[in-house]
Amino acid sequence: MTQKTHIQSYITIQNNEIVLNGTSVFKIDSTDFSDFSKQAYRNFDIQYPKFFKMDALSKLAFLGSELLLSPITSDEKENNIALVLANKSSSLDTDVKYQESISDKENYFPSPAVFVYTLPNICLGEISIRHQLKSENSFFIFDAFNTEFLFNYSGILLNTNKADTVLCGWVEFFNDSYKAFLCTISKEENTKYKNENINTLYNK
Amino acid sequence: MIREVYITETNCITPLGFDVESNVESILRGDSGIQLHNDISLMPNSFYASIISNEKINSAFEKISTETKYSRLEKMMILALEPTIKNSGVELNSKTAFILSTTKGNITALKDYSGDNFNNAYLDVLAQNVANFFKFQTQPIVVSNACVSGILAVSVAKRMIQSELYDNIFVVAGDEVSEFVLSGFNSFQAMSELPCKPYSKNRTGVSLGEATAAVLLSAEAKNAKIKVIGDSSINDANHISGPSRTGEGLFRSIQNALKEAQIDPDKLDFISAHGTATPFNDEMEAIALNRLGLQNVPINSLKGFYGHTLGASGLLETVIAIESVNQNMLFESKGFDEIGVSESINVIEKNEERNIDYFLKTASGFGGCNTAVVFEKMKH
Repeated sequence: MTQKTHIQSYITIQNNEIVLNGTSVFKIDSTDFSDFSKQAYRNFDIQYPKFFKMDALSKLAFLGSELLLSPITSDEKENNIALVLANKSSSLDTDVKYQESISDKENYFPSPAVFVYTLPNICLGEISIRHQLKSENSFFIFDAFNTEFLFNYSGILLNTNKADTVLCGWVEFFNDSYKAFLCTISKEENTKYKNENINTLYNK
Repeated sequence: MIREVYITETNCITPLGFDVESNVESILRGDSGIQLHNDISLMPNSFYASIISNEKINSAFEKISTETKYSRLEKMMILALEPTIKNSGVELNSKTAFILSTTKGNITALKDYSGDNFNNAYLDVLAQNVANFFKFQTQPIVVSNACVSGILAVSVAKRMIQSELYDNIFVVAGDEVSEFVLSGFNSFQAMSELPCKPYSKNRTGVSLGEATAAVLLSAEAKNAKIKVIGDSSINDANHISGPSRTGEGLFRSIQNALKEAQIDPDKLDFISAHGTATPFNDEMEAIALNRLGLQNVPINSLKGFYGHTLGASGLLETVIAIESVNQNMLFESKGFDEIGVSESINVIEKNEERNIDYFLKTASGFGGCNTAVVFEKMKH
């Protein structure tokens, strides 16, 4: 039986602003992502020093998931929340940095701490560790935000009981240009976003 | 009633051959693709890896196309897919999807990243280039989930067919040996100085490899080679660059996959495992398998034949495992000598005739990811 699935919460991070369920919760004037992410981390009083070791893509995904997942996860219970994320640029932002570290033979410094972030799914690992999600996760690449696929695939995970909730969305970062749109979806009724779908919320 | 999903076509492009038959012949002979290479454009020092010669790729590609615009990896992917599409007779319409799975795709495009060339490093561009060659009507789906990519793509395809979004899905998986990846694994001190020795006492790390593999997953049982009956991909939630010491993610992935398949662990006749030959990975697998009571099931890693082909490995090893089932033959775990994991597992030391009704394919990778898929032999 295919049951209808519902958007529970959503978050958008772009242009130095974080918008949670339609409300701006953090905004600063023009700065780069490195500074913006640091200030956001402080603003929400997040206690997680590993954050500062992450590459930009993981920081972006981490910040988005932090505000959506913290209210609904706890250490006391199993959280069967699947992660289904996608983007256009994969881990290219870090790939380029890593490539620069090996291009010049006179200045050849491949670093394992950089190399590990040359995989887009590392951000799923970071979120899983943070919220102790021993759950389904997969990273997809499309040329643009693919609502239909992400919603369909999340629906499959929910309807086959592979997950109770799915955190799905788009986390794109390349050359300081970024956008994250994440939402939680489950079978639970939620009339709040009844007349909207991922696409309308993404474009808001 | 959820519909059933089958694999009806398979193919692979590796240093051991450009079709499944020649690969199996090489494996039965005990040939390995891993050789010593001296190529300073790839590594400052000599290294062992399983690499396909450019001449072989180009001459095979010239037989199917005169186009010169494709990258080396794109040619390898097209070569893997071409016979599967042709032999299947499946119409590339709105009910036929295309999934491309890779860890690093055209990462070599970054070496000279001016304008057009850089664009090829985007994985969606790689997928569209391959899709356009065959004129797929649906938008390509790219799965990039480190070293589980190839087998995760099978799982994704199976789920999408079950949900009736598509009737047929062609899956291709591929990765190349590149300076980028060699230097990275080397920086982790994860490379073996000799050809890799999965599960062995004296294993010291991976040998890298390159390959492409392609399969067709279908709701149609006609010409089926195998049935896909359960799957799961659970994260360790433990560490981004090392596996969980308890094998938690792999343990849960296998447990879930068996549950969906509705079979008990003792029904498994064979495990095609990941076995990268790094100390931590192989140890983690042994622990997870023991926790599930699977320590006596015959197991192999094909990394001794192909090296670690990253995102391609899960699909390539599935293609070969399907041959094990249909030829009633367990293939040796090449490179294995003395058991070198703390909990016992039943590593296949010699090719051996055996009926296989059910087998399990597993993979694990950076980011704490794991995938397990259970397959069932077709009853003819």
